[in-house]
Amino acid sequence: MPVARAAKIEVSFTLNGAPVTVRALPMARLLDVLREDLRLTGTKEGCGEGECGACSVFLNGRLVTSCLVPIMQAEGARVETIEGVADQPDVVPIREAFVACNGSQCGICTPGMILATTALLRARPNPAETEVREALAGNLCRCTGYVKIFEAVARAAEARRGAAGGVR
Amino acid sequence: MPAPLIGASVGRKEGQEKTRGAACYVDDMTLPGMLHGVTVRSRVPRGRIRGIRYEGDIPWNEFTIVTARDIPGKNVVTLLTEDQPFLADQFVNHPEEAIVLLAHTDRFLLEEARRHVAFDIDPLPPVFSIEDSLARKAVVWGEDNVMKSFLVEKGKVDDVWARADLVFEGEYETGAQEQLYIEPQGMIAQASPADGVTVWGSLQCPYYVHKALMPLFGLPPDRVRVVQMTTGGGFGGKEEYPSMIGGHAALLSWKAGGRPVKIIYDRAEDMVATTKRHPSRTRHKTALSRDGRLLGMEIDFVVDAGAYVTLSPVVLSRGTIHAAGPYRCDHVRIRSRAVATNAPPHGAFRGFGAPQSIFALERHLDRAARALGLSPEELRRRNLLRQGETTATQQEVLEKINLPSLLDLALEKSEWRRRKEEFAAHNRSGADAVKKGLGLAVFFHGSGFTGSGESYLASVVGAEAGRGGRVTVLAASTEIGQGTNTIFSQIVADALAIPYDWVEVAQPDTSRVPNSGPTVASRTAMIVGKLVETAALGLRDKLRAGGFLGVTYDDRAWAEACDRYLDLHGTLQAQAKYELPPHVKWDDKTYTGAAYGAFGWAVYVAAVSVDTVTYETRVDDFVAVQDIGRVLHPVFAAGQVEGGVAQAIGFALYENVILANGRMVNGKMTNYVMPTSVDLPPIRVFFQEVPYEYGPAGAKGVGELPMDGPAPAILNAIEDALGVSVRKIPALPEVVMEAAGCL
Repeated sequence: MPVARAAKIEVSFTLNGAPVTVRALPMARLLDVLREDLRLTGTKEGCGEGECGACSVFLNGRLVTSCLVPIMQAEGARVETIEGVADQPDVVPIREAFVACNGSQCGICTPGMILATTALLRARPNPAETEVREALAGNLCRCTGYVKIFEAVARAAEARRGAAGGVR
Repeated sequence: MPAPLIGASVGRKEGQEKTRGAACYVDDMTLPGMLHGVTVRSRVPRGRIRGIRYEGDIPWNEFTIVTARDIPGKNVVTLLTEDQPFLADQFVNHPEEAIVLLAHTDRFLLEEARRHVAFDIDPLPPVFSIEDSLARKAVVWGEDNVMKSFLVEKGKVDDVWARADLVFEGEYETGAQEQLYIEPQGMIAQASPADGVTVWGSLQCPYYVHKALMPLFGLPPDRVRVVQMTTGGGFGGKEEYPSMIGGHAALLSWKAGGRPVKIIYDRAEDMVATTKRHPSRTRHKTALSRDGRLLGMEIDFVVDAGAYVTLSPVVLSRGTIHAAGPYRCDHVRIRSRAVATNAPPHGAFRGFGAPQSIFALERHLDRAARALGLSPEELRRRNLLRQGETTATQQEVLEKINLPSLLDLALEKSEWRRRKEEFAAHNRSGADAVKKGLGLAVFFHGSGFTGSGESYLASVVGAEAGRGGRVTVLAASTEIGQGTNTIFSQIVADALAIPYDWVEVAQPDTSRVPNSGPTVASRTAMIVGKLVETAALGLRDKLRAGGFLGVTYDDRAWAEACDRYLDLHGTLQAQAKYELPPHVKWDDKTYTGAAYGAFGWAVYVAAVSVDTVTYETRVDDFVAVQDIGRVLHPVFAAGQVEGGVAQAIGFALYENVILANGRMVNGKMTNYVMPTSVDLPPIRVFFQEVPYEYGPAGAKGVGELPMDGPAPAILNAIEDALGVSVRKIPALPEVVMEAAGCL
């Protein structure tokens, strides 16, 4: 049976800290619900098959590719997108570092890169370069050759450590 | 005077929006009542269309359906040759050719419908390879499948073979490559007889789309409007194909009574249907003296153009002009041809033919050096062009180049001699299945359109001053990630000695900005940047001529002068139009003369490891040394080089477009592999700055240069590591294994 004729279901979850309820097909992609139903277009579609990472979001704090998440899986979950995290105190230095280092060129991979970097630095505040490379391997960038992105991550890590009062 | 901004790495103009996810790309835009559109394609590589059937349990009456019969104007994508239709009518010439367009509000239903359109097509014999096309196994284009050919003649190459100590021959191949910008292509259109045609899209060249839409609808220039949205990468892939998608979306909207229509390709459709880099085959025959001087070069360069001409003549031209490299050689003949096959048209991709012909040359010279018993660097050193000498097209090099010093710097930074010895010892020891090698490439890339191309374009840039001294740049040159908005702002701020934040670059919109030409050919910084500078200075001159501004002024005096001028005159605008520098003289008939106003020059070195168990190659270190004139923005310029090198590493080692019967069968990111963050080496970038008189503040182009050299440098390094000669790319493990005689 074509997907188009399946019955829509109601799904409730927390989006960027606020509760939302949407009506969607059970296998609708979280990506489409975010972009089309909720008009949060900072999450991008690059490939639709989980390869490029442009659609990265946080699902219960974990970095996922929203093109591979059926909306029913979001029931009761915490979903955060670039719009929700951009101004969080530990994300601001990451964004600033991406601008300062030219880690964002065409910008289409950037929201995903910022989220992947956030996930990395929350887990590993002082990552080695190999850890940075591995943490970003699921986020493709065609502009930079990643060099300036690695520099941005290093700079952000330093700034975040500084902002944390030098405790670490 | 404020500190100069040129040469400083200021923040990207649109950096905030991009890092917040707030930049508006075409798929982020929605219009009231908008329909979605899809394209239904042939699937048959070549044939005659007998009928179209709309099948299945689909409510067809709800759909807007467009075929060639619905086109109000001319069914041809206007570019160079009028051979490609927007929608196939009687014949199809490649398997991704569009025949039917569908629009509906429901995207899911639309996909269902797309699968239920069937075509009755009588197949005709196709050709799929350069060899079959040249052999005319079937004639699929014109009289002989040859869409374009060039002949470059310098000296008398036929006379040199007899007096050469070595005549060395070789054949080289490069595969197709997908641009793989991360934002797939897409357009939104609103079109009706009453309101004309407006399209918003992901594109590099607003006026190309404009030029293509006018005849499609039979409308005059002022009734067609093209707006560039934030564009997620282009690399040439969004040079001409957006005309096709824009036309399709507009045709659907026109038929749907003016309702807006959005067409966004998914990744698979983008990869299979849109243009890719031309596959190529190059044959070299080279005459050398025992001491390694190039006596003569005969080069036969052929590219697979696909089914329609699109930009192939110009791709071929650039590949031809770059085929003999930055070397001194008195006797050169280059023959080149672009031939038709029944694959989707190949098109613009960063480097535009040069990466293909330079790959062949730089592999060939390495092998010739080996045959002569010379080191690869020494053979090149003995033949490097010097100021005052001439290229293959007999262009006298007027730039103050110093290629030996570029070579020296590259050898030094890559620790060439030390590593050569170290790698040789490592490989000899036999202790490790991983062999190491070092390879280099020396090359150049012309900035701007070829020959008289820039004078035909006659690009125009405007500048407008507003209240408080704000200045807006009006140009059709697009920001596609490379930094157009930022460098234009730097140029204006420096030219007028005003703050960087006072400068903005208008969104490219053909109803507002003049035609500054396409955003291609490494021309935006050098050609358009200079016009931006001139237009900005035009504002200052108008203020001074009217007595509003003194010879010296500060920010406040500038702002007050603008305000007073605006109070009196209402607007303050200035324009600049391109004029060819006097030294650029080109003869299209003989293909001789100054092909480019200036070139970027470079020497790249790759260090590789090749695993002799798996035959996988890994690039361990990469040194990129270049002269691109004055560097406007060091961080952005390095970013261009790093990104270009990364893309070229993909071209050399990983990116394999598999065409079967003209269709790409691996059109997914899962099985078409581009480099990820774990695949790339450190890319170390160095500039030698030799200012170019006709560029803004001395700048030349940088965008394409880094695409040209990495592939031959890497393949030369593979030969250094294994002693086996791989002559085609991508050098997948099985390709290297076969060359090593293990397959």
